[in-house]
Amino acid sequence: MTESNPIAPPLVATHESSGRKPSPLAGLALLAALIVIAGAVLVPIVATALNGFKQLGDLQSHPFSLPETWVWRNYWNILASVRYWQVLGNSLLIALLTVALTLALSSMAAFAFAHLKFFGDRFLLSYLQLGLLFPLATAILPLFIKIRDLGLLDSYWGVVLPQVAFSLAMGVLLLRNAFRQLPAELLDAAMMDGCGYFRYFFFITLPLSGPILSTVAIISFVSSWNGYLLPLVVFNSESRYPWTLGLMAYQGQYSTSWQLVLAFITLTILPAILMFLLAQRYIVAGLTAGAVKG
Amino acid sequence: MSTPESAYVVPVRRMSANGWATLVVFLPPALAIFTLFVALPMTEAAWYGFYNWNGYGQPEKFIGLKNYQLLTGNATFLRSLVNNGLIIAVSLLVQLPLALGIAMMVAGRIVGAAWFRMIFFLPYILADVAAGLIWRFMFDGGYGLSSLVTGALGIAPYYLLADKTWAFSAVLIVILWKYFGFHMMLYVAGLQSIDKSLLEAAEMDGATAFQRFWHITLPLLGPMIRLSIFFSVVGALQLFDVIVPLTGGGPFETTNTMVSFLYYFGITRMRVGFGSAVGVVLFIICVTFAFGYRRIFMRDD
Repeated sequence: MTESNPIAPPLVATHESSGRKPSPLAGLALLAALIVIAGAVLVPIVATALNGFKQLGDLQSHPFSLPETWVWRNYWNILASVRYWQVLGNSLLIALLTVALTLALSSMAAFAFAHLKFFGDRFLLSYLQLGLLFPLATAILPLFIKIRDLGLLDSYWGVVLPQVAFSLAMGVLLLRNAFRQLPAELLDAAMMDGCGYFRYFFFITLPLSGPILSTVAIISFVSSWNGYLLPLVVFNSESRYPWTLGLMAYQGQYSTSWQLVLAFITLTILPAILMFLLAQRYIVAGLTAGAVKG
Repeated sequence: MSTPESAYVVPVRRMSANGWATLVVFLPPALAIFTLFVALPMTEAAWYGFYNWNGYGQPEKFIGLKNYQLLTGNATFLRSLVNNGLIIAVSLLVQLPLALGIAMMVAGRIVGAAWFRMIFFLPYILADVAAGLIWRFMFDGGYGLSSLVTGALGIAPYYLLADKTWAFSAVLIVILWKYFGFHMMLYVAGLQSIDKSLLEAAEMDGATAFQRFWHITLPLLGPMIRLSIFFSVVGALQLFDVIVPLTGGGPFETTNTMVSFLYYFGITRMRVGFGSAVGVVLFIICVTFAFGYRRIFMRDD
């Protein structure tokens, strides 16, 4: 069931379409209900984007209609500001470093757990799996002390390394299961031909594990991109803020000008929405399959 | 800092030199990072929880269980426990049936099913912080949705987020809006894996739509429902990001969750011992739930 792609039209007809055809009236009612729900889901997002184009007075008197006059300046000023690109750049850098390190460390560890038998392997595996049991927030204060004592406060690594550490349990679990499902004959044949574990890992295991690696990458990217608590605790300088912190700082500064805050929200969630529209199949499959297999 | 693997890695059972070398290169980095940033901080939280410590120097003022006593008598903390419970209740009693119902609507071949699924999933990919701020606008009595309602009724503006009786319902609405799409997608995946011949056979034997749902679809969705409940509870326990932009824990500290309590009363005031104790309580709740739930409900999945 994890193979099915929830977004794609189902290849196998589901029970809704089984048996006799539902009456056209029922179908129409269903469609109407769905449109209403979709509207309710979209209203806050659309209102946010549209209200970013308004003047404050217009926003106050007509919060849910098209702008009287389209004030493009709200958006242009943000797009022309350094802080907008800086917060997005910081988020991207942190997320990419997190994904790269998570993939590297968890695939290597998962490979060891999948193919090597050694004393204590089960113990070490369950030790790593402990990370699945509790959220980062539980240990945030000692983690703060640790990051401070290591001299990593206000640095990108102070966010990246703990994020990697908290993604490892998920990564190792998903990857180990996938690596073990590769045919054992492959490994035997490769060993017979004198291929060592290292080469097997780089030239056979990794190339054959694209989908599961991208699942792990998507999960760790999304959670890093949307992360808030850890950067909040680690960063002091606004020049290092990721967009989540930058958004709150902007809101604090312009709290009386909803139209500017809404424009800033729109522009900062835009990359995520664009990515989602472009790669929705992979993102939905990654986030749900990861949950199901984890 | 020592990595624990050195104590356990003893090659047995056909471990070649090559295998040994691989192990020594591949395993330590992950174990080291995990130990340093996950295992040690968690252990230290248990230790710091017994101290009154502001984070500077070494923890020296040992106060035993005092921090935990303070917690059990702290009205704000107890309220945050209740709030976490409310989130769980709404997730299970409202969100779950809603997500399941909508999943049944969009799992089939209705026009635009893929589009609807995408729209419903969209809020899930937005950061909680952004979702919280968007809804802070929606609930702003002078501007957003509530101004529209009060304006239409001709009554004074209503500031839900400043109403200490009802402010937390705003948090619940945001959570519902943001997370139902994720659970819906789990159910869609589950529904699509159901063998439709079962349902057809039942229909031929004269089973009504409700009977088919109750006796076939629902039991076959069991694993997904258990999974969805698991994620609802775990997510509810760690909720924080929505609170800060939406209410900041107010009004009158009525909308805190355990984690936002930990943040506002532990971290921002640098009460390391007290905050760690909150972390330990949260840890115990999470681990007890995760172990218990998996043992009881997810044994076969």
